Amino acid sequence: MQTPNINDPLTIGGQEFDSRLLIGTGKYPSDDMIPRIVDASGSRIITVALRRVDVDAATDNVMQHIPDHMQLLPNTSGARNAEEAVRIARLARAVGCGNWVKIEVIPDNRHLLPDGHTTLRATEILVKEGFVVLPYINADPVVARQLEDAGAAAVMPLAAPIGTNQGLTIREMLRIIIAEIKVPVVVDAGIGKPSQACEAMEMGADACLVNTAIASASNPVAMAAAFGAAIRAGREAFLAGTGAVETLASASSPLTGFLYE
Amino acid sequence: MKKNMRFYDVYTQWQNHDRWKRIDAVTDKAIRRILGKETLTPADFLCLLSPAAEAHLEAMAQKAHRLTVAQFGRTMALFTPLYLSNFCTNRCRYCSFNSRNRIDRRQLTLEEVEAEALAISASGLKHILILTGDAPAIASVDYIAECCRVLNRYFTAIGIEIYALTEAEYRRLIDAGADNLTLYQETYNKALYADLHPSGPKRDYRFRLGAPERACRAAMRSVNIGALLGLDDWRRDAFFTGLHAHYLQDRYPETEIGVSLPRMRPHVGGFQPACAVEDRHLVQILTAMRLFMPRAGIAISTRESARFRDRLVPLGVTRMSAGSCTAVGGHTEADTPTGQFEISDERSVPEMAAMLRRAGWQPVYKDWQALGG
Amino acid sequence: MEIRLNGKRTPVADGTTIGELIRTKDLNPATVVVEHNLAIVPATDWGRVNLKENDNLEILGFVGGG
Repeated sequence: MQTPNINDPLTIGGQEFDSRLLIGTGKYPSDDMIPRIVDASGSRIITVALRRVDVDAATDNVMQHIPDHMQLLPNTSGARNAEEAVRIARLARAVGCGNWVKIEVIPDNRHLLPDGHTTLRATEILVKEGFVVLPYINADPVVARQLEDAGAAAVMPLAAPIGTNQGLTIREMLRIIIAEIKVPVVVDAGIGKPSQACEAMEMGADACLVNTAIASASNPVAMAAAFGAAIRAGREAFLAGTGAVETLASASSPLTGFLYE
Repeated sequence: MKKNMRFYDVYTQWQNHDRWKRIDAVTDKAIRRILGKETLTPADFLCLLSPAAEAHLEAMAQKAHRLTVAQFGRTMALFTPLYLSNFCTNRCRYCSFNSRNRIDRRQLTLEEVEAEALAISASGLKHILILTGDAPAIASVDYIAECCRVLNRYFTAIGIEIYALTEAEYRRLIDAGADNLTLYQETYNKALYADLHPSGPKRDYRFRLGAPERACRAAMRSVNIGALLGLDDWRRDAFFTGLHAHYLQDRYPETEIGVSLPRMRPHVGGFQPACAVEDRHLVQILTAMRLFMPRAGIAISTRESARFRDRLVPLGVTRMSAGSCTAVGGHTEADTPTGQFEISDERSVPEMAAMLRRAGWQPVYKDWQALGG
Repeated sequence: MEIRLNGKRTPVADGTTIGELIRTKDLNPATVVVEHNLAIVPATDWGRVNLKENDNLEILGFVGGG
């Protein structure tokens, strides 16, 4: 069980959360693991997808495994354009579990990279309709800025393409986004190891969303706990302020010696 | 920073900040920590302007040099100022063009502007900065627009350093060919500002403070700001210059933001600056500014001596004036009237270019040209 | 009659309401959303909407996802 940090809340859409780890519900060996994963991770925000119900077979519904206190974050996976993303968002809201939406418009099936342009269009429409919008994007500081200006509640730049577990391939872009964007920056997709999530938090990211790395671990519950700890450690390091990193002083010739001649 | 704040609100928050009381207590350890950071906050910038940072000038200079070369390469944009008119209705205590000073008042005719343009462009320069005093009835926005249209035929980039305008007026000048606005707040210290500007339209502190932002909104391609160092405690005016630039760059990412660091120099009228800004202070300001704003242009004027300007080249400067004359016209006439301030570096464009090349820098005459212009 | 239910042609008794259909399929009303001919129908209206020949009905719910 994680010790929540109530003095350093994550604030999104006007709500405070005592965990900076967002988790998903996809690809688990079985959905009944979810309550234990929520508990081990300390997470308070959980993503789900919207799909056609199987009307012929009585299937398990993921909702019955998600504890009531969780903030639901439906994604628009399956949308190939802004209109579909908007339609899915409205349907998700109509289920009655809140007005948050993660915009995910991925027309690219090889690398599963998001389309920033259509994501921006969908964000503009849904912000006006009162949704709390968290757009998933490539780590593009210009797109992040446009989404912030459009009223997104947070931005979710990828660390690496979905499912690749490569970690912070876009480190420098992430640095820029963290420096320039005022709404929360949630690193989403591509985080494979707790150390990578820790590094993102040390750099100043506000939160991380982890799905595949937890779901595909041999022991998902233990991995969820590890991610929770790593994210807390990274955040604490960031708040503590890293010390001077002495670069090798290569004063080939002094630039200010002339002041004392 | 909330979206609907203006810079005046940001200024007010920082003007009365506790940190000024503790500026002498900034530690060595804090400076070293800041020098290791990638992105500096305004509080970090303030620390780099504190007395404690002076012991770290060489480290600041090395980092500023690396950052500048990485962002700008070893290039130096050259430009020349052209004073169009020295009529003025202000009585700024520190300026030679003060309306009380008995000097010859002149304004170039459009033919004279063209003659100056011919002479200046013969040097190869493509960037020009035009200046006037504050006399809207004489050096009117229409007159300035006409001058821009003439100069457009000779130069690919035109900067204006004139009295503060409204957003609509900036748009008119942009349509006439202006690409850059250069405007100095002189001092960000509101109380001192009132004292230094006893009468004339320039007395309106907030109108002037808001001018760079109005130019950004009018879609001016680049905006340079600065304070006349020495009027007030230089640490304050340097800090607010950086803070103002940071604010503009954040709000208007499409606009190229730059700062200038003019240091008070002797002039007709006998005004004594309140604060001595030593050479090492200017180096501290320059390098701290570069570390705080890696992508901002930084200019050093011909108020500084040739020897000193040469030494500043590797420390973060990206724009320098050459072939300067601060009297009206001056590029064609042998006998020039009183200038706005005394020039220390009187080198011509070819001399500046030669100096830069010897130092391993490439002089850049033309950086920008509007398509369809 | 026949309607299109989640993309499949499905036989349904004449005059069936959405509410009745949900009940016969044994679905939990609190966890699904209904889109009838591209318009979202709130659960409170399910009892009032009679299905017609060739209607397009989508019944969706949340599933696991990242």
